[in-house]
Amino acid sequence: MSRFTKTPEGALDLSRRGFLVTTAGAGLAFSFLTACDTAGGEGDPSVTYEPTIWYSIAGDGTVTVNIIRAEMGQHVGTALARILADELETPWEKVRINHVDSDPKWGLMVTGGSWSVWQTYPLYSQAGAAGRQALIEAGAAALKVDPSTCTAANGEVVSGSKKISYGKIVTAGLEKTFTPDELAAIALKPVSERKLIGKPVTDLDIAEKTNGKALFGIDAKVEGMVYARPMIPPTRNGAKVNAIDDSAARSVKGYLRSVALEDPSDTVPGWVLVVAESYPAAIKAANLVKVDWTPGPTTKVSEKDIQDRSRALLADASKGSILDTGDTDTAPAFRAAATTLDATYTTATALHFQLEPVNALAFEKDGVMEIHTGNQWQSLVLPWLAKALDMPETSIVMRTYRLGGGFGRRLNGDYAVGAALGAKQLGMPVKLVLTREDDTRFDSVRSPSVQRMRLAADKDGKVTAMEQHVACGWPTEVMAPFFMPQGKNGVAFDPFAINGANHWYAVGAHKVRAVSNDLANRTFRPGWLRSVGPGFTNWALESFIDETAHKLGRDPVEFRMSLLTGEGLNAGSAPSSVGGALRQKEVVRRCAERAGWGEQLPADTGLGLATSFGQERDMPTWVACAAKVHVDRSSGAVKVEKLTLVVDAGTVVDPDGALAQTQGASLWGLSLALHEGTEFENGEVKARNLGAYTPLRLSDTPELDIAFVESTEAPVGLGEPATTVVGPAIGNAIFNAVGVRLRHIPITPAAVKAAL
Amino acid sequence: MASFKLNGREFTADVDPDTPLLWVIRDDADLTGTKFGCGIGMCGACTVHMDGGAVRSCITPVSAVEGKDITTIEGLDPKDDHPVQVAWRELQVPQCGYCQSGQIMQAASALNANPDLSDADIDAMMTGNLCRCMTYPRIRAAVRKAADAMKGA
Repeated sequence: MSRFTKTPEGALDLSRRGFLVTTAGAGLAFSFLTACDTAGGEGDPSVTYEPTIWYSIAGDGTVTVNIIRAEMGQHVGTALARILADELETPWEKVRINHVDSDPKWGLMVTGGSWSVWQTYPLYSQAGAAGRQALIEAGAAALKVDPSTCTAANGEVVSGSKKISYGKIVTAGLEKTFTPDELAAIALKPVSERKLIGKPVTDLDIAEKTNGKALFGIDAKVEGMVYARPMIPPTRNGAKVNAIDDSAARSVKGYLRSVALEDPSDTVPGWVLVVAESYPAAIKAANLVKVDWTPGPTTKVSEKDIQDRSRALLADASKGSILDTGDTDTAPAFRAAATTLDATYTTATALHFQLEPVNALAFEKDGVMEIHTGNQWQSLVLPWLAKALDMPETSIVMRTYRLGGGFGRRLNGDYAVGAALGAKQLGMPVKLVLTREDDTRFDSVRSPSVQRMRLAADKDGKVTAMEQHVACGWPTEVMAPFFMPQGKNGVAFDPFAINGANHWYAVGAHKVRAVSNDLANRTFRPGWLRSVGPGFTNWALESFIDETAHKLGRDPVEFRMSLLTGEGLNAGSAPSSVGGALRQKEVVRRCAERAGWGEQLPADTGLGLATSFGQERDMPTWVACAAKVHVDRSSGAVKVEKLTLVVDAGTVVDPDGALAQTQGASLWGLSLALHEGTEFENGEVKARNLGAYTPLRLSDTPELDIAFVESTEAPVGLGEPATTVVGPAIGNAIFNAVGVRLRHIPITPAAVKAAL
Repeated sequence: MASFKLNGREFTADVDPDTPLLWVIRDDADLTGTKFGCGIGMCGACTVHMDGGAVRSCITPVSAVEGKDITTIEGLDPKDDHPVQVAWRELQVPQCGYCQSGQIMQAASALNANPDLSDADIDAMMTGNLCRCMTYPRIRAAVRKAADAMKGA
């Protein structure tokens, strides 16, 4: 949790904020309840009670749960509201969700890291239980009975044959505050009494996503707005506009003007907005406007340049941050080793390609800059906006919309700055939309990476040391350096560029080194992409573990299980990692069994297994995946026939939502492994649209067999972990099918054919 | 000036003839269920029906729909109960939802014409629609379910 304690608005702060109790809307004295109407039914819907800032209960019994997380396909409001409603003992039909706009009172507003359920679970459980206790006390007074005789269920307080609805209690007026100590003492329900958590539910956002009514950022409109398409400069950083020639664009019907943005925050340097009365006119005009830029210094940078820089940095042992993984002194083990392995793995630049191109509507109203857009990290972009606009953060509000895909792209809200500056400079509402090609050029891509793996084993084949050295662009260094913890050697590191390497295997001395690629950081703005660090660190780790097993003559499943001892640093701890590596061992065992590990397979067909602890050691989601692939020797094409996954995510709040996230995440892993990837060429990404960038399509989608381990442990994240295991499982399966080891993602038919 | 039938009603817009139908639907008619994804007809988020057939509205100039009958997701069924929509809800297909109007319109067009489809047919007719959340397993199952329901009807 080190990263949170470092940040002024971290999760710990969030949980404190959770119980700044607000008073009841009616403001009546608590004692008045004794005189209230205890007949059946509900009360006055205009009266509300807010036990905490996280929800309100109306006099008609309706409970509105405030959701600060972005809805981008996880049905997050459903999952979070069920946690609260379960403890509150309110019927699900009475629950509404409210995706809130930005406001300092919410604390840190971020949706990423697969954190939402994990972080919110304790907070909303307590908040719900607090409301239940307040209602029981007030209800008991109204019923003139002792609170100890009362129970709450189905939105009512019941004592023997007497009962009163929550609505009636709220209507009569209710003020109840909780000290932190009182809150800590509130007893949560026993697992056996849960009515909503873990039970099937219709996600609340499904219907509106099947009839066109769901509103995304791109659908936001306001009277009098103009449309803008940006002209993206040739370099992400450092470009300057010298001149704009719009003479050819003036013949486009609806074209208004082109304006160079002046950006003190340096978020969108070199942007020119082409403004028109309609978006198609803005597109057409932008194709005719000529801008003379002085680009930044990275105009010639290629993918090879970036990867060569990573290799050079890795070769210099003085570079980078050493993580605290216990005994990091591997040298003695390597000196004494009977067997050593050394292998380098790479991954290519990958795009988010969220289907809704980034966009934002901005306008000033009553001295407040309103920004209507889909965003995953309001707390990150607000200071950029404040600097860009020269306005206090308190005069800027982010209005919340559905996201047409997040996947980490909208953690970086840079596009909002372009819209807000446009609105300020033009003095009118600006609807900024990027075309797909603009979006791709301006993407905050997943950096290419280079990783060197080393391993030592003694004469008995026991692993005595392991090293993982990882170099790539660091999103957190570039955009959120306050989120960077310090390594053992005092050097700060980007956890989202190295997590996964600090694994739960017992390997003796263990050294993990994270190195920031400065050339990558200058050439583009590195992004957080679904599953972040483990999306590539686990590719190297789990491929290398397989290579080691083969080298030592061990079965890869049995070998993994032998390293997952659950001892020492890997024993796990409450609340989030109880059981430690033994839970990872169990998902490996179950997955292998479920997938038919060891069975005879047809020629050129192989089963490969990989495992991971998901996103971070503080919040392990234990996952194992077995990929069954067939390799066409003549073309090198790899066909994934089936993916089998076993997941231990602790308590599963929304079972179908959990399944959906795991389906999507695992197919992302497949897509990144076989179908995606691009490269930098002359300082920009080469693939700009679907002709060149080819994510997984339905016809290549394999059969999925996904199982969850039944558990009552703390709930952890599910949005990303399954992404991390599929690539290495495929690589390992290819080896088992045809005996060649691929060490670069994406795995292309040409690479397979060349290796055969 | 462009005139066509939109969800059963005459619609006229004062736009250039080369304006993509997508923007006329979204911005002039204010029907925002149809989405902008790639702009080159390769993702399918903008799929609508022209005289019942699925077309990519982002690459269809409004001049090409003069006098035609255009249906968007908002006009697919008066109660949002087309068998494809029903199956989509029952199987909880959408994640972010951005591509789903296009997916539904693609499937509905094919099933309205002929619901007697093999699994291979379903794969072939849906593979042009990108879902970045990768809801493909559920799309497959929901089209199957809708097809079976329509065949039985």
